[in-house]
Amino acid sequence: MSLVQFLVLGAFMFSLGVYGLLIRRNAVMVLLAIELMLNAVNLNLIAFEAALRTAFAGGQIFAIFVITVAAAEVGIGLAIVLLIFRNRRSANVDELDVMRW
Amino acid sequence: MVHATDGGWLAQWAWLIVVVPFLAMAVIVFFGKRMPRKGAEVAVAAMGFVFVYAAVLLILNITQGVIYEHSVQVAQIGSVSIEWGWVVDGLSTMMYFVVGTLSFLVFTYAIGYMKGDVRVTWFFAAFTFFAGSMLVLVSAPNLMQLIVGWEGVGLASYLLIGHYWEEKENSSAGMKAFYTNKIADIGLIIGAIVLGTAVGSFRYSDILDAAASNSSVLVPVAVLAGVLLFIGAMGKSAQFPFHVWLPDAMAGPTPVSSLMHAATMVTAGVYLIARMYPLYAGMASDMRVLIVIIGAITLLIAGLLAIVQDDLKRVLAYSTVSQLGYMVAALGAGGYTAGLFHLWTHAFFKGLLFLTAGSIIHAVHSNNMSDMGGLRKRMPVTFWSFTSASLALVAIIPFAGFFSKDEILATLGHSGYTWAMWIGILGAFITAFYMGRAMFLTFFGTYKGDAHVHESPAVMAVPMAILGVASLVAGWVNIPGVYEGFHHWVAVRAITFPSFASEGFDVPVMLTGLGFAIVGVIVAYVAYFRDADTQFARDRIRIPVLWPLLEHKYYLDDLYLAVLVNPIKGPIARAVNWTNSYIIDGIVNGAGVVARLVARFVYGDLDQKGIDLAVNTAAIVTGSAGEQTRRLQTGKVQQYAAMTVAGAVLLVIAIVIFT
Amino acid sequence: MLDNGWGLSLIVFLPIAGALIILLTPKKNLVAIKAFGLTFTALPVLLAAYMIARFDYGAGSAFQFGTDLSWITSINARYHIGVDGISFPMLVLSTVLTLLAVIYTFNHWPEPYNPKAFMALILVLGTAMNGTFVALDLVLFFVFFELVLLPMYFMIGIWGDKTMMKVPGFKIEAETRLYAAIKFFVFTLFGSAFMLLGFLAVYYRSGEYLASRTFDIPKLIELGSSGAFTGTFAFLVFGALFLGFAVKVPMWPLHSWLPDAHTAAPTVGSVLLAGIMLKLGSYGFIRISLPILPQEAHRWAPAIAILAVIGIIYGALACLAQTDMKRLIAFSSVGHMGFVMLGISTLTVVGINAAVIGMVAHGLITGLLFFVAGSMSHRYHTREMARLGGNQTLMPKMGAILGFTAIASLGLPGLAGFWGEFMSLVGSYSPAFGLNLGVFRTAMVFGAIGTVLTAGYMLWMLQRVNLGEPSSEWGGHALVDADAYELTAWVPLMVLIVAVGVFPKLVFGATNSAVVALVAKAFGG
Repeated sequence: MSLVQFLVLGAFMFSLGVYGLLIRRNAVMVLLAIELMLNAVNLNLIAFEAALRTAFAGGQIFAIFVITVAAAEVGIGLAIVLLIFRNRRSANVDELDVMRW
Repeated sequence: MVHATDGGWLAQWAWLIVVVPFLAMAVIVFFGKRMPRKGAEVAVAAMGFVFVYAAVLLILNITQGVIYEHSVQVAQIGSVSIEWGWVVDGLSTMMYFVVGTLSFLVFTYAIGYMKGDVRVTWFFAAFTFFAGSMLVLVSAPNLMQLIVGWEGVGLASYLLIGHYWEEKENSSAGMKAFYTNKIADIGLIIGAIVLGTAVGSFRYSDILDAAASNSSVLVPVAVLAGVLLFIGAMGKSAQFPFHVWLPDAMAGPTPVSSLMHAATMVTAGVYLIARMYPLYAGMASDMRVLIVIIGAITLLIAGLLAIVQDDLKRVLAYSTVSQLGYMVAALGAGGYTAGLFHLWTHAFFKGLLFLTAGSIIHAVHSNNMSDMGGLRKRMPVTFWSFTSASLALVAIIPFAGFFSKDEILATLGHSGYTWAMWIGILGAFITAFYMGRAMFLTFFGTYKGDAHVHESPAVMAVPMAILGVASLVAGWVNIPGVYEGFHHWVAVRAITFPSFASEGFDVPVMLTGLGFAIVGVIVAYVAYFRDADTQFARDRIRIPVLWPLLEHKYYLDDLYLAVLVNPIKGPIARAVNWTNSYIIDGIVNGAGVVARLVARFVYGDLDQKGIDLAVNTAAIVTGSAGEQTRRLQTGKVQQYAAMTVAGAVLLVIAIVIFT
Repeated sequence: MLDNGWGLSLIVFLPIAGALIILLTPKKNLVAIKAFGLTFTALPVLLAAYMIARFDYGAGSAFQFGTDLSWITSINARYHIGVDGISFPMLVLSTVLTLLAVIYTFNHWPEPYNPKAFMALILVLGTAMNGTFVALDLVLFFVFFELVLLPMYFMIGIWGDKTMMKVPGFKIEAETRLYAAIKFFVFTLFGSAFMLLGFLAVYYRSGEYLASRTFDIPKLIELGSSGAFTGTFAFLVFGALFLGFAVKVPMWPLHSWLPDAHTAAPTVGSVLLAGIMLKLGSYGFIRISLPILPQEAHRWAPAIAILAVIGIIYGALACLAQTDMKRLIAFSSVGHMGFVMLGISTLTVVGINAAVIGMVAHGLITGLLFFVAGSMSHRYHTREMARLGGNQTLMPKMGAILGFTAIASLGLPGLAGFWGEFMSLVGSYSPAFGLNLGVFRTAMVFGAIGTVLTAGYMLWMLQRVNLGEPSSEWGGHALVDADAYELTAWVPLMVLIVAVGVFPKLVFGATNSAVVALVAKAFGG
């Protein structure tokens, strides 16, 4: 297994995530896309650590940080989406443009 | 050198003559109103003191001769020393005596004349001030003190001429006297400065020493100084063309006219020339012909003016001017004694003439001869005094004026001024003519008026009588060949000077002069003695072109007013004021207006529309930049996400490219 | 007490101390205000009298009763004061006139009635005037010189003539007092700005000759007399100083603020303005311009003489065209100060002595004239001479005093004014060595003509105002003659006018040695 394979997978996952972030209408799907991107990043991190053991020793640690942050962010994000849904009866991000100029 | 003593304690205390009148003035000013005679008693007492002391000094000078001078320094600035002092010598004792005697007699007379006047106390205060100033003038040992006294008498003249200042003409007459004198004083002041600076001292003794010894410091300025001092003398002694103030000065009370404008103040100019005689006889003698010319012109034109006057005092005023012309001409011709002798006699008889005129005016309540006539019987003392004085003035032997006028004529003839002598002889005719006219119109004929005419009270009559006697005997102090006392009195001076001979009897001249005078009296008798229906009708002679010219005083007054006074007072003064308000102040105010305009421009345009504009524009630009930038905030999350991704991609690319 | 110098400082600062105390006094307590005002102006007079006794007249050229303390070290400005023979008579005049003004104002408060403020301002003015005459440091001099402007500005602006006036030549109408106050203030300040530049220039240049730059006047005089300031530098500096002083004198053509200031000002303001403030300008010439820049003074002297004589004649002619009494007296001041400047321009001992006595005499005489004119305008409610005739009949005492003062003003010998005029003419006849005789002798002749014109307008003024019959419009009015306060203020002035006239040593005794030393040092005798 070489490093490049993991990186390509990670890039692929990241691109899917970006695509989903920009295209999907449902807020929950957007959050999912963000999760996907975060996981892609995790994959990158672990792969690099596995490949560069001594030079990059913090990869796993960093990955755990990312997971933690992702968890926190999902918690808050879903809470916000729920509240929005309760108030507006819709989770469509296209309709959420009140905080504009 | 003249034989003389230093006068002892009499001379050392002579300063009292000068100071006592001023003390009297102070007493009169502060206490006069409460006194029984309103301060007149103090004035007369002071003059009495002056008279007695002056008489004593005169006797001292006659018997022993006295030359004394003392000065006290009152300030020193650089090399100029300011001093007050007094001189006792032949010339000044003669002047003290004249001033003292006339003052004493006229002050006494004034007690009666000014009775019931609205301002008796003030009158005597001012009169005493005059006497004091006159004494300051004649006692001065230096030119600065002379100027102090000179201006002082000028002020007194102004105050006293304008005594009845409720009427504007009277105060105007006073101002005219002051201005005319002040203009002439320019000459006196500059002359004094020139002399004082050249010699390094203002003292007579230093200046006259330099003059007598032909000092080189005086050579460039002697003639100029002589001319300048003479100009000053012309003003005070009413010489042509400065004579115009004297007739108008008759607006003052008659004692003033008598003392000041006949006997004393107007003689100050003559005194000045006499005092500076060593200069005039020596280094400045080149300009003496000017003095003779002016004197001769004055005596002639003034005499002619006296012929046409209706106001008795004006006749006498012009007569005074004319006689002053005689004195001045005499001095110019080298007749030191002659000029001073005529000053002496003239003081007595002219002073008396004014007193008698006052007496008449008091009785008739009018100055004009057209309101008089036939007063001979009703006012005998006045009449005989007047006659005595007139005979003296007309120069009939043995009255005083005969000797003095004859001496003048002789001097003029002998010094080569024969033309002036003939003018003087002609003047004798004119004098006799106008005095005859005055006498006949006033005292002869019948009185047609309705005033209650009576003789004056004793306080007025006695001084007149005394002066009447003086008019007879005063000339006997200098009869050539018999007794030449006066000549010796006034020669007693610290400096001797040339051309100083008293003339002997010049019989042809004497007889000619006397003859002309007698002819004048006869012509006047023929013209004016007879009575007529009105006084006015008695004034029979009227030569066509000459009379109107004389009545308008040769149009001199009109000339002065039109050319000098009115332009200065009117257009010129207004032009200066206009220039000040519109041009000078115009610039100042204009500066203010311009400053405000500039300020408005600076504020409105430069500041508000300029600098502030830049400041505001910066703000506006910032604002609109913000306006535009805020459009990025669409509120759409996915757009934000897209921008973030795009930015990140660009960043990565940049990093890859640049590393 | 005086030998360590506090006496002089007391004379200078007592009045302003009094002003501060008055500011703390309640407005209603008129007695206290009057008492403080009187005390704090009388004390300087007493101190000055004591100084008269202790002044060393033989050493009049040295600065006596001096104090020299360091003040602003960063620019080397020192608190250096002292009097010499020239400033001493001026200081005495200043203290006396301020005291008399205070006495006069006890009974003559101008409208609007505010004794506290007015009295305080008089006292501040007193300090400023006293200070200028004793200051021997340029910065200190400048401070006092400018300080004079403030109280006068307020006096004119608040208590001045409220009637409206048209500004001649422009379509502007303004209240007389406001127009006059601003004009006076800005005009004087304009000159003073240049004067300050001159001071600074001299200060900087002094650094090239001394260890440290100095504002000290005696030190600068030493430098100046040894030829330190020459050439274009001196020309520009003299010109700058000239502007500052000439406006104050006032010299033609920078005089036009004076008539407006005088017609607008209340009586006491006019008296102090004419009596003392005008002297600050000519004093500046004598104290600063001439000694520090002698060669330059020599170059400027003929021009100053010409301007002075123009002032004499111009002032007199303008007087003849006046209808307002105070304005006439104002123009007469221009004329009299012309004689003072003529004396100064001769650069001789006689001339400068004449200038100083002329300043003293003018202060006494014109001060008194403005007192009387102010009292008269207060009673008649007008200054128009056409309406004022017959004053001698209506108010004999005041008429007599007016007559006396007018005659003193026209320079009658025997009274104070004569010496200034006569001696400046004497000095003008023989000016300092090297000066153009033609210019100065012509100036002398015109000055003499000026005396005739002066007599002209003074007697004319007397005739219009004092003599003749009073106008019927005063028929029913009860016009009160001079009251006790007025006489108390005026009689000392009359006595002094006669005293200085008869015995000029009262002034010359102090000034002569100082002037001789000044001329010797500046122009080599």
